[in-house]
Amino acid sequence: MAIERVSAILFLLAAIAAPMLLSGFFIFQVTMLLVYAIAIMGLNLLTGFNGQFSLGHSAFYAIGAYAAAILMDKFGIGYLWTLPLAGLICFAVGFLFGFPALRLEGTYLALATFGLAVATPQILKLTPLEHWTGGVQGVFVAKPNAAMGLPLTADQWLYYLTLSVFILLYILARNLIGSRTGRALLAIRENPIAAQSMGINVSLYKTLTFGVSAAYTGVAGALGAIVIQFVAPDSFGFMLSVTFLVGLVVGGIAWLPGALIGAAFILFVPNFAEEISKGLSGAAYGVIMILLMYVMPSGAGGIVQSALRAVRAR
Amino acid sequence: MELLLQQILSGLATGAIYACMALAVVMIYQSIGHLNFAQGEMATFSTFVAWQLITWGFPYWAAFALTVALSFAGGVLIERVVFRPLKDAPALSHIVVFIGLLAIFNNASGFVWDFTIKTFPSPFGQGPMFGAFLNMHQAGMIACTLGMLVLLYLFFSRTRLGLSLRAAAANPESARLVGVRVGWMIALGWGLASAIGAVAGMLIAPVVFLEPNMMLGVLLYGFAGAVVGGLTSPIGAVAGGLIVGVMENLAGTYVPVVGSELKLTIALSLIILILIFKPSGLFGKTLAKRV
Amino acid sequence: MTALLSVHGLTASYGEGQVLAGLDFEVQRGGVTVLLGANGAGKTTTLRAICGMVRREGSIIFDGKPIQNLSTEGVVRLGVAHVPDGRGTFTQLTVDENLQLGAITRRGRKEIEHDIERCFGYFPVLKERRSQQAGTLSGGEQQMLAVARALMLRPKLMLLDEPSFGLAPMIVKQIFDIFRTLNASTSMSMLIVEQNAALALELADHAYLLETGRVVFAGRPDDIRNDPALRRSYLGY
Repeated sequence: MAIERVSAILFLLAAIAAPMLLSGFFIFQVTMLLVYAIAIMGLNLLTGFNGQFSLGHSAFYAIGAYAAAILMDKFGIGYLWTLPLAGLICFAVGFLFGFPALRLEGTYLALATFGLAVATPQILKLTPLEHWTGGVQGVFVAKPNAAMGLPLTADQWLYYLTLSVFILLYILARNLIGSRTGRALLAIRENPIAAQSMGINVSLYKTLTFGVSAAYTGVAGALGAIVIQFVAPDSFGFMLSVTFLVGLVVGGIAWLPGALIGAAFILFVPNFAEEISKGLSGAAYGVIMILLMYVMPSGAGGIVQSALRAVRAR
Repeated sequence: MELLLQQILSGLATGAIYACMALAVVMIYQSIGHLNFAQGEMATFSTFVAWQLITWGFPYWAAFALTVALSFAGGVLIERVVFRPLKDAPALSHIVVFIGLLAIFNNASGFVWDFTIKTFPSPFGQGPMFGAFLNMHQAGMIACTLGMLVLLYLFFSRTRLGLSLRAAAANPESARLVGVRVGWMIALGWGLASAIGAVAGMLIAPVVFLEPNMMLGVLLYGFAGAVVGGLTSPIGAVAGGLIVGVMENLAGTYVPVVGSELKLTIALSLIILILIFKPSGLFGKTLAKRV
Repeated sequence: MTALLSVHGLTASYGEGQVLAGLDFEVQRGGVTVLLGANGAGKTTTLRAICGMVRREGSIIFDGKPIQNLSTEGVVRLGVAHVPDGRGTFTQLTVDENLQLGAITRRGRKEIEHDIERCFGYFPVLKERRSQQAGTLSGGEQQMLAVARALMLRPKLMLLDEPSFGLAPMIVKQIFDIFRTLNASTSMSMLIVEQNAALALELADHAYLLETGRVVFAGRPDDIRNDPALRRSYLGY
């Protein structure tokens, strides 16, 4: 599709040029945008494409972040290795959580994952685990320098690393969605009983999707830990899960590129709301969210897809 | 033994508040099939309104009644104004709007009344009631919750309006076919939920002190109670809330590792456990799905 | 005398697919009109369109008032009772509560109580089960309950969607006898959608045949019985 190819190329050009044109703090912000976009892609796979409602993704993000921090801090493992390791760990956790999740429908699943999200900071603060997690204080992470002596600042290097991971994960996700597996996921979302009767192993697909989704968010968490250089329990609470969900809806369910738009929303709009009114920034943010839902209830993805439909119909 | 009894009774008392929140959550869930994440913040806002009325000199029960009435009206208004345009929007968009409401109410409470902790009076006094087991306010909380439950039961089972509400929640299309104005019934459900939330807020404020983030934890316990009871039954919601209250207290007292930090986690783990074995909650009806 | 219900150029669609392509028909005051047609002809959609349950355009005049822009509740409150496809019983509520809901828009407790007793007179089995959950009733009993609930409105017009569907012949006969009695004794008009053409034609004074969203024949029951082609298609002999 011509439009898609052109926008992909434009995006790549802009993304590669960005750190050359921006200063340190902005590079940091754009890097975090990519990190959140990866997390939102993970949530999209589970909730958007497979219809399993999760309010617990902050837990997977936290596990990924802490995994990276502990591996680097206590085991001296190189930061690059922490990414796939965090992914694997989170895949396992997500996959295991997927089993009891099979029995839970919609709202009940939301509440169970919600419980997971709320429990995570508290478990991280537990005294017996303090040796590993650093308790309330958290763990500091060393900032890596550009690899292979490339003439980049640490910020720029981290940005390109994150960008590469994002692109890789995006391509993987796109291929997954376009394949038979992807169609099976959508079938399960629309009508699990019909999918089952067509021979799709619904239980297997649902638990695997949970695992993959958790893995994506875990990798994001690991990257986030490296970029921010610090992990602490209270940054990974329930509100983070909510933030991811808002990002997902704003970007558009079941539209992968929306992750970038959603991530931009959750990163920048709260600051924008503060510009509107210091004291009422929270209320302004809430009003903006609600108005956005009136104007584009299916998020950016909804608008893009209707526009594409209109263009193709001509 | 005495300690156990005391912990159970005080668990019932806090459980009564969770029961109220659970009731409000179930009320809206029955109407629209979604969880109102902003319920706690709306209740906090209502409690601040009551505090303001009392500070201006209103006698307690007058402020109480006025706050309940205003909260009812507010709930109806929010449903009609905020949720009307979302009729055809996908489910997740509703969730985002709830989050938006949460942010607005939480911020508004802090903005108007700032973050200093305020004391809120109790109409029941603080003296002991049954020896050392329960104080008067705790007994009052339990009594109020049970009283509300009785009133709601009578409303739903004995009045025409209550029957219309039940019909609209059970089968909106059929309800329209008998002439029930389903839209207004949903708004009524919201009004009731907001009123119940206000009562919950006013009952707990004397215990935990009034500040904008007062209800965040309570709402979580309320959700837990609603789920334990099964989201389809008001009685289940109240039972669930009471159970959660008692379990939270017992866990905090008797399980060594658990300080106050993990009380919530224990409660939530129990929820998840219950859901695994009984996916529709303890009292929920397992609905057979027709393909 | 003007017709009770007068429909012109009615179109209706579900999403992208148009089901009704421009219908014209009438129901006379005190009359029984039947809509016949094969599956998919649009009969159920027609009833739903009258009640505003589906996106529609065109002119619908009921008792002199245009109702094409009214909500379902609004149409019902003007005196139209619809017994839908699938019966629409409140399965979680009791039989008694279902009947009370039928009259929820009316005033006058005494009259409502009296009407409930009248319904029990038509359908004694409902009286036996009055405190039972409606979902535990058999198919036939639920159909009776659905009809009784519609009667509780004291409607001017009753819309019936396949009242004989899935019922034993004895019960069907019972129900249609009650329709005949009601039509004769009250001035209640009826618009019936039926697959069982023979049965419906015995009751009706007007009939319309629908095919893919259009009226292809309008006339009296005898016109259908006397036309060999129609008789073969719809009555089977």
